[in-house]
Parts: sequence; C-alpha cells; structure tokens
Amino acid sequence: MLLKKTLLASAVIGAMLATAANAETLRWTRSADSLTMDPHSQNEGPTHSVNHQIFDTLLYQDMDVEYQPGLATEWHVKEGAPTVWVFKIREGVTFHEGQSLTADDVAFSLNRARHEHADMRGLLTSISEVRATDDYTVEVETHEPNPLLPNNLTNLFIMSREWAEEHGVEEPQNYAAGEETHAVRNANGTGPFRVESREPDVRTVFVRNDEYWGIDHYPLEISRLVFTPIESASTRVAALLSGEVDFLQETPVQDIERLGNAPGLKNEQGAENRTIFLGMQMGAATLETADTDDNPFADRRVREAINLAVDANTIQVAVMRGNSEPAGMIAPPFVNGYSEEMDEVLPADLDRAQELMAEAGYGYGFRVTLQCPNDRYVNDEQICQAVVSMLARIGITVDLVAQTRSLHFAELARGEYDFYMLGWGVPTMDSEYVFNYLYHTKEDDRGTWNFTGYSDERVDELTVGMAQETNQDTRNEMISEAWQIVHDEIVYIPIHHQMLTWSMRDDIDFKVQSENTPHFKYLRFNQ
Amino acid sequence: MSQELQRADPTPVVAKPPGKLRTFLDSDIVHSWKNQPVVIVATLVTLIMFAAALFAPWIAPQNPFDPRQLELIDAFTPPLTTSDFTGNFYLLGSDSQGRDVFSAILYGSRISLLVGFAAVIFALALGTALGLMAGFRGGWRDALIMRIADVQLTFPSILMALLIFGVIRGFLPRSMHAEVAIIVLIIAIGLSDWVQYARAVRGATMVEKNKEYVQAARVIGLPARKLLFQHILPNVMRPVLVIGTIGLALAIIAEATLSFLGVGMPATQPSLGTLIRVGQDYMFSGEWWILLFPGVALLMLALSVNLLGDWLRDILNPKLR
Repeated sequence: MLLKKTLLASAVIGAMLATAANAETLRWTRSADSLTMDPHSQNEGPTHSVNHQIFDTLLYQDMDVEYQPGLATEWHVKEGAPTVWVFKIREGVTFHEGQSLTADDVAFSLNRARHEHADMRGLLTSISEVRATDDYTVEVETHEPNPLLPNNLTNLFIMSREWAEEHGVEEPQNYAAGEETHAVRNANGTGPFRVESREPDVRTVFVRNDEYWGIDHYPLEISRLVFTPIESASTRVAALLSGEVDFLQETPVQDIERLGNAPGLKNEQGAENRTIFLGMQMGAATLETADTDDNPFADRRVREAINLAVDANTIQVAVMRGNSEPAGMIAPPFVNGYSEEMDEVLPADLDRAQELMAEAGYGYGFRVTLQCPNDRYVNDEQICQAVVSMLARIGITVDLVAQTRSLHFAELARGEYDFYMLGWGVPTMDSEYVFNYLYHTKEDDRGTWNFTGYSDERVDELTVGMAQETNQDTRNEMISEAWQIVHDEIVYIPIHHQMLTWSMRDDIDFKVQSENTPHFKYLRFNQ
Repeated sequence: MSQELQRADPTPVVAKPPGKLRTFLDSDIVHSWKNQPVVIVATLVTLIMFAAALFAPWIAPQNPFDPRQLELIDAFTPPLTTSDFTGNFYLLGSDSQGRDVFSAILYGSRISLLVGFAAVIFALALGTALGLMAGFRGGWRDALIMRIADVQLTFPSILMALLIFGVIRGFLPRSMHAEVAIIVLIIAIGLSDWVQYARAVRGATMVEKNKEYVQAARVIGLPARKLLFQHILPNVMRPVLVIGTIGLALAIIAEATLSFLGVGMPATQPSLGTLIRVGQDYMFSGEWWILLFPGVALLMLALSVNLLGDWLRDILNPKLR
C-alpha cells in the first residue's frame, strides 16, 4: 500500500516536472524550412517566419496584423520635407553577440536590402537615400512622397554593420546563383530568440534571448524553440498526434477535422493573406516546353480559355475541402484596392473555352509543362494535378513537374518557366505591392516576380504613380484602373485565397496570423 | 543396340512428343512445385497480376493516365460506392483527383512490371557482358571491372539509383522529363544493379574456361567471340537467370521506392509507388483506401515474385538439394 502511494506520488511529481519542463520548450513544425538566414536575400514566407524570431524590424505586424513599433519607437514624415521619413531608433538595444544597435546599423541594413542581389529591394524601390542623422535617428528619403513607406518595412530585418563587416557579408547572398555566405547559416539579430544550432531542412534550435529589449513587454514564455520542418503531410500530423511536436503550422486540409477532435489538441483557423494563381510566359516568342512554333500564351483568347477551364469552385470543394475562397484577383479582401466585382469567379465553361481555343487556332490543343512546388502552399501539387485534368478537356496536354520549393523558386527566379504556380501575400495591405512585384514590366527593381513577360506601359505608369500619389481618392482610382487592365488582359489565372489552419496542444494560447508568420514572443501556455 | 534404334526409327513421331512433356512433368522442378502450396499460390498470384497488368486497358473502367477521364468532383469516393455527382461506380474507391483506385492499380502495376522487367534485362545484359569479359580475359580488365563493382557494392543500390537518376535528369532538357521518366528509371535501376550479375558470371566463367570442352574448342582454333558466346555463355546463364528472378522483385521494389520518394514516376502517370506516396497523405483523415489497396497490390506482387525466385534458386542450386 505504502509502495503504491509512493509510486503514485512520484508519478505525479514526475508528471508535474515534465509539464514544467515542456511548458518552456516549444517544438514547432511546418512543411518547409527557411531558404536562408540572410535577412535580405529572399522575400519569402517561411524564410521570414524564421527570421522574425531572430531579428527585429523597425515596425512589424503583430498577431492581429496591427502595425507595432519594433526597433523604431516612432516614425513620421519630416516637417516641411514630404519626401523624408524620420525613424526614431530604440535605445539600449543590443545584438545577440553584444554589439549595441545604432542608427548606423539601421541605415546599413536598409541599404544592404537595396542591393541588386536582395529580393527585398522590390519593397524599397521608392527610396533614394537612407542616412543616419545621429545615433538614434534615421532619415529615409524617397524619390517622390511615399505615404506607405513604413508598411514596406515590416519584413525588413535589421542586422549589425560591425558583424556584417567582420564576416564579409556586407552584400546580401546571391540566392539565384546559389551563393553560400557566412550569413546563410549564421545570424546575429536583436530578436527574442538566438540561434543555438541550425541544420538546414532538418532542425533549427532557438533559445530565448534573455537580454531582449522587449522582455518585459511580451509574454516570451518559451525558453527553447525547436523548429523541425517535416515535408510529408502525414508524418507531420503523426508527429503532432504522438506528441513529438507541439505546434503545427499549416495543417493539411484533410487532417483538420481529425486534429480538431483529437484529445489534447486544437485548431486555430483564419483567412490567410495569400492568393494562389498560375502564371504564363506570354512575352516570349516561343515556349521552351511547348510543341508549337509560336507562343500560345501570347494570345489572350488562349488565356481566357484557360481561365474558363480551370474550375476554382471544384478545386475548393474537392481539393481544399472548403478551406479556400475561390479568387478572381490576386489580392485578398483585406487589401486596399480589393473589389468584389474583380474577385468574382466565373463558372467554368468548357464549351466557350473550346470555342476560344479554336478561334485562336489551337483547336487541336498544344503541349506545355506546368511547374509546381509540392511543399509550399496548401495542397499545391494536388491543385496542379486538378489543373492538368481540367486543361486536358480543352485539348491542352500539360506535363506536370512538382518539386520541392527551393528548386521551384530558384528555377522560377531564373525565368526558366513557361507555366507555373505561385502564391502571393500582400504584407503591406495595399495593391501597390502586387503591381510592383507581379505586374510591372520586369526590370532591375520593379516587376521582380513578374515572370510572365507581361509589359504594359499604362500599368507601369500607374504602378509607379500609386507609390507616389498622396491624394487617397486619386490613388484609389489609379489602383482600380490598374486592376481593370490586368483583369481584362488575364495576366494570371487566379485560383483561390488560401485559408490557414494551425494545430497545437490545447494548452497553448496562440491565434492564427493572416500573414502566416507566428511571432512566438506572443505565445502563452495556459496553466 | 543398333537394332533397337533401327526398329524405333519408323515410329519416332508417336514416341517423342509425349516423352518430352512427361519428362518435364516428372522432373524435380514440377515435383517440388506440386509439393509446396506456398509456391503454387505465389505462381497463381503472379500470373493473375501479370495478366491483369497486361490486359489493364480492357479490364479497367477508366484510364487513369488520361487526365480527361478524371472527375475531380468524384474525389475521395469510398470503395464500392456510386458517385452522387457523375454516377460512376468505384470498386476500390477514388483518390484525391477522382482517379479510380482499381484502374490506377492495374495501370500502376503495368508500369511497375515494365520498369522491373526492363531494368532486370538491362542489368542482366550489362552485368553478364562485363562479367564474361572480366572472367575470360582476366588481367587489368578483370581488375578494373571488379574494383568498380566492389566500389559500387559499398553503396546501397537505392542510393546509386537516386544518384544516377539525378545525373541523367540533369542532362535532359526540362520538357523531356515527364516523357522519359520511365526510361530514366529503367536505366537508373538497371545501372544500380548490374554488379551481382557480373560477379556471378565472372566466377562461373573462370570455372568454365578451364574445362576440357573449352580447351578443346580453343585447340581447334575457334575465335574468342565464338568461344564466349557459343560455349561459355550458355553454361553460365543458369545462376544469372535465378538472380534475375529475385532481381525482378527487387527492381519492382526499387521502382516503388524511387516513386515513393517522389523522384520516379510523376503523379499524372502513377506507378504503385507513386500511388502509395499520394495515399499516405490521407492516412489519418479516414480515406484509407487510397493507401491500402495500392500497398496490398505492391506487397502481393513483390512477395509472390520473390517467393518464386527463392524457390527457383533452391531447386536449381545442386548444393541445396
């Protein structure tokens, strides 16, 4: 009897100890790892998600997507100089390796992100100069007044100039060329967590930064954060079900119900700021992977036929199990410039699509390769397969290549694709971001993700204009005119706005963030 | 003796053909086969699966490789159910693309068997040729070939296949990848598997080449080519064919593994391995049929071919009798 009691007591104590220890470690999984820890090299979701734990930005979007001060305590347009934004830098902040943060580091980071190798430069095209005027003030001068500049800085991480110079990483990594630098696997930020160890695609371990400037402002209950990307959906779900991980970002749609009903687990759901669509190379004279002598995508009728054949509503029901919102435009509803009229999805019409194909001279169809990631978006490969069978019905034979996203995005960035899938979020919450990256003619710093060869003078003009126009009404008119043009031209084939599900242990208090960027400093454990 | 022969001469047609059949039916092989129920079952399963794969276009209700025939709206129809949307009946259910699982298994095992056979023939031809050369010529050729074989043996064959697959794909233009996936797979699996044939043939050749009949042929001045292909080759083929039977099961599994890892057949032309890879995403969500049926089909196919191979090896190996 006594033995039993002792055993029971020790079991209870053991369990309590285990809970206490677990409560501080959070094991986090999702399908994809960060592509690089270089903070300016890639403008990509999973990469930013990891970097947000290590680095800080001047301002950021919290878990409710509200703008919050980060390393800048305040910011305003300089009096009498509408093209200058002034940022006051937080004092007393130190980097993980001990350097103190000054305005000079901020100016250095912004300039580094404007380098031609930096994917982040697309957000900074309006800037003409960044200067530190004293130790804690930075002035950002733009070519024209840019009322939305601070919105463009929410993923712009601040690194230490001293550290960068010490390790020879003053220039960002050239990701497209496969460059490897010290900054790719090492990071020195000011953020809530420091990197303890990193094995790309295997495991990254973060420990709490006890010197964090915001240690009293945020819960910061996690002392150790272990990030293990798991590509296979069922393995990821099994890991959560068996208690091997505590937090699963991007729950596969087929497992949402199961995880919601599992004891000790719960789901958090919400709309994601991301639209999934297909892009077509319409600018080239011929397509590398097509069996035609010309470029069928250059013909608007072919693009319209594809748009009519791709049935977003069936994809929503059959592939996404209802966890998506079919889309007609590449901007989710909370983005400025969104309109229900543009976002309307026309019902699929195969007869009309076939007529259009015949009118365009492709009545017998053609063959082309569709490139898809298979570990980036929710059910990306399945969506592409569904597209293959939908396009087969109008005579387009699609060869599908679905591969891991590091290959997909590297090849896409080199402009090697004729027909591809891409998803786009709008962190600035404004249409200008979409036009700047996706619709503007591809140039050094604008249209950097426009791999369609689409180029329209008026759209270019409007894109530049909307970054500068300060009158809100005029600006909104420009935005809707631009949307109308690209909508009529069918530059992309929108599929849907993604919905987001995070699954976790039910003692975790953490809501879905529409940017799909968990800021773990906000995570709380319910006792 | 000569009288008997002469007497038998007028009626050879009657005596000989049943004799051959009877000899075969009376042979050790048939006796052994009849006495092992496991082997009988394995033979039946193998035959049924070969036939099903061969006649898939006539048996399957749907061609799963033709995207036009897939009804996405029928996705995830459970087994033995008629779809509410299209009225199609799905014997073993449908997968995430509305692909009939039964048809997909038939067409998938076609690919698995095709890749298996072709890879084995390729490996067998390559291994035998190199093994003959090494064993017959000896010297630096032998040393070179066998050291390459030794080095290759230190790598798991699936790793070799992955490596070869990646290298070949790297040389091909992107637009050809989907079309030639099957050929690349055959070459990758074949190249990763030639070593055991080469070693067996080399050993047997070294034994045979010193036997009297070979020496006699040498003495009458036959050229090396004739000596090799007409005299030695027929006598070293027996172990090779046995390895080949077991190799078939291994090649089928290798193909399934590569496709499972996502580097083999694309999801639009699924082999059994691809079907299993796709199906495993639905392991926890209740759509068990997408994973289970292709898995069972692969298991039955690989197991029965393997059992046959094992049995053949035992029966043809005098040391085990």
